[in-house]
Amino acid sequence: MASRLMWASRAAFHLRISVFNRGFATVLKDLKYSDSHEWAKVEGGSVTVGITDHAQDHLGDVVYVELPEVGSSVTQGSSFGAVESVKATSDLNSPVSGKIVEVNEELSSSPGLVNSSPFENGWIIKVELSDSGEVGKLMDSERYSKFCEEEDAAH
Amino acid sequence: MRGGGLWQLGQSITRRLAQADKKAVSARRFFASEADLKKTVLYDFHVTNGAKMVPFAGWSMPIQYKDSIMDSTVNCRENGSLFDVSHMCGLSLKGKDCVSFLEKLVIADVAGLAPGTGTLTVFTNEKGGAIDDSVITKVTDDHIYLVVNAGCRDKDLAHIEEHMKAFKAKGGDVSWHIYDERSLLALQGPLAAPVLQHLTKEDLSKLYFGEFRILDINGSTCFLTRTGYTGEDGFEISVPSENAVDLTKAILEKSEGKVRLTGLGARDSLRLEAGLCLYGNDMEQHITPVEAGLTWAIGKRRRAEGGFLGADTILKQLEKGPSIRRVGIISSGPPARSHSEIKDEKGGADLGEVTSGGFSPCLKKNIAMGYVKSGSHKAGTKLKILIRGKAYDGVITKMPFVPTKYYKPS
Repeated sequence: MASRLMWASRAAFHLRISVFNRGFATVLKDLKYSDSHEWAKVEGGSVTVGITDHAQDHLGDVVYVELPEVGSSVTQGSSFGAVESVKATSDLNSPVSGKIVEVNEELSSSPGLVNSSPFENGWIIKVELSDSGEVGKLMDSERYSKFCEEEDAAH
Repeated sequence: MRGGGLWQLGQSITRRLAQADKKAVSARRFFASEADLKKTVLYDFHVTNGAKMVPFAGWSMPIQYKDSIMDSTVNCRENGSLFDVSHMCGLSLKGKDCVSFLEKLVIADVAGLAPGTGTLTVFTNEKGGAIDDSVITKVTDDHIYLVVNAGCRDKDLAHIEEHMKAFKAKGGDVSWHIYDERSLLALQGPLAAPVLQHLTKEDLSKLYFGEFRILDINGSTCFLTRTGYTGEDGFEISVPSENAVDLTKAILEKSEGKVRLTGLGARDSLRLEAGLCLYGNDMEQHITPVEAGLTWAIGKRRRAEGGFLGADTILKQLEKGPSIRRVGIISSGPPARSHSEIKDEKGGADLGEVTSGGFSPCLKKNIAMGYVKSGSHKAGTKLKILIRGKAYDGVITKMPFVPTKYYKPS
């Protein structure tokens, strides 16, 4: 999820002001992570994608999720949709390339699932992997935790 | 949108898309380095209380605290909110000619205001466009108190000063004082009056919406106006800066935690729900008060006499009707944001653009404000809003979106 604006985070980053630390966000061990705060759960040739606890915490209450069409293709690092909070819009970037085989329709009626269950019920899309080598470019949970700390603290 | 046709509307939109950084509403202000950001006297208090600080109009201000913007907004209407709005600029105009001086610069019937009452007004430029909106109060016939937006401070003060020089050169008696030694708090919501009553001997039940008093609150001399930017009953309190933290603590304590410190994020949601303009979004240099739906703020006598900057343009619009009008919109899909295009029901013809939008925490719907060409502005008109290339349904809705609760005599 790359924000065009992530309230305090981005503004704070540019200004080197400290962002209020809300404590440690959950980071799950078995998942892979992108530097725009999406997670990827690889199960054979299929990958489930969502945004992390860290991301939803910074976003605030999600009020709308713009879902892509099933069947459309995605490329690693490119936008496939958007997530809206009360105040801001953030792009969702795919951590892998492939074809979208399923989208979480629940999010149309319950966008708040992204906040309450970012790794489970708040999943966003399922992708049929076109290049399994790409998964290696993602971060593991330890690197991602450090990445978040650095991002928050570098301010 | 210079009062012309759709071509100008298109030009205006194109210009704005080119220069605007398309970031979300409130925080898209000047990115100064941290050292350049001004701090209110409550800065440390905010940080201690869990505020997320962001730059706003050259100040470091709290956007929210530990509660979410949604919860904070709902809490204001259910209990109450306390905002630090010390970044805004309060000033006084004094002198026996201060009323006639100010009347040249604003659309209000300042002379007609009873002492101790005030109103929302607009500072206009020579083309009738809005320089800023402001709450002005006639304290006495030779003293006017006003508050202007933080983002317009330099512009407004330069404008007032320029005109003051010319006015005085002709022998007019007016001087000003800018209250940099004071801080401004906004206390809003159903608990505002009961809580504040604990801190002052003055009977607040006799102070109605738009009225002003200078009185003792919590041991210091404050300027109190029964006004606000949320649609709720409430007050703006100008307090000497050295007493601001104590007053803040006293208000929060007396409310037993029900009134919460509230940031600019919720403040923006609240004012949008109340249908109030945000200068810089819903009102700008090229938009007249008539186009903005603020004809009610143009004093009756002023409509007949003129005598303020841009009166020619404005009086013409009053006579013929403006070519564009500000409207409220409720829409489906993602929340509409500034600069989203508005099309007609079929998604074909251009109708205008959104100037503010977001998700309403109280209504749980997408609400927005924008300008559409006259003729298409009636409540109930269906339209389409383009968001990221897709068209979503919208309908023009009367504002305020959430009913207001101003304290008025029955």
